[in-house]
Amino acid sequence: MQLETTTRNDALIITAVMPRIDAAIAIQFKDEMRDACDGGPARVVLDLADVDFIDSSGLGAIVATMKLLAPDQKLELATLSDNVDKVFRLTRMDSVFAIHSTTDAAFTNIIHAS
Amino acid sequence: MKFAIPGTEIAVRNGLADTISALRVLNLSGEDYGTIELVLAEVMNNIVEHAYADSPDGVIELTIQPKERGLYCTFNDNGHPMPDGTVPLGNLSSLNCEVDDLPEGGFGWFLIRDLARDLEYKRKCGKNILTFRIAIELPNLPVS
Repeated sequence: MQLETTTRNDALIITAVMPRIDAAIAIQFKDEMRDACDGGPARVVLDLADVDFIDSSGLGAIVATMKLLAPDQKLELATLSDNVDKVFRLTRMDSVFAIHSTTDAAFTNIIHAS
Repeated sequence: MKFAIPGTEIAVRNGLADTISALRVLNLSGEDYGTIELVLAEVMNNIVEHAYADSPDGVIELTIQPKERGLYCTFNDNGHPMPDGTVPLGNLSSLNCEVDDLPEGGFGWFLIRDLARDLEYKRKCGKNILTFRIAIELPNLPVS
């Protein structure tokens, strides 16, 4: 499992370089995300382009990450594959996160978050 | 098709890969394989986490029968019974709340109930038996 971080326009971009976020790595994922975000900028964009599969434990780890952020930080998501997008839609978690079609879009589009 | 998968998270990950690989002969869409993997993953994660919570040597038995109306799946395990002897309702918590109050779990049974049909649970001779159908059209199956 690997998280790659870059910064762009004062935002932190975290790329999840892994094919799955599942029960086997959910806790590790949450811990590494917390470390990656710690002391970072207010805006954090998690790019999930490489992730083909997420289960409810992986979804829970992403929600937990958002809850662990500093009060002024916000987690957004980008580049959800069809399988990952489906899990967010079915559980209605797509209403909780700002979701961008790509990381580039996260910096050009108006953010739709409810 | 029959599979015996050790009741650990890593074994479940490998078991899912083997199962999906065996189902490739059915030539389904990527979306269908995604649905199948998600349902099977949620059921197996629940078995590992709850039924086999204190049995690291437990084994999950999975049988899949492809028929015209979909994939008929049967899971057997020797772990703890379901709480109250029934399958959890899996209702989604309200998301209309502060970030700190968002649910981090409870999605598993919701997803299973949403994506699987004819869900039935039995406890028999110390075994948990869970059966359901994943409704995927398999029109090309030879009629038996």
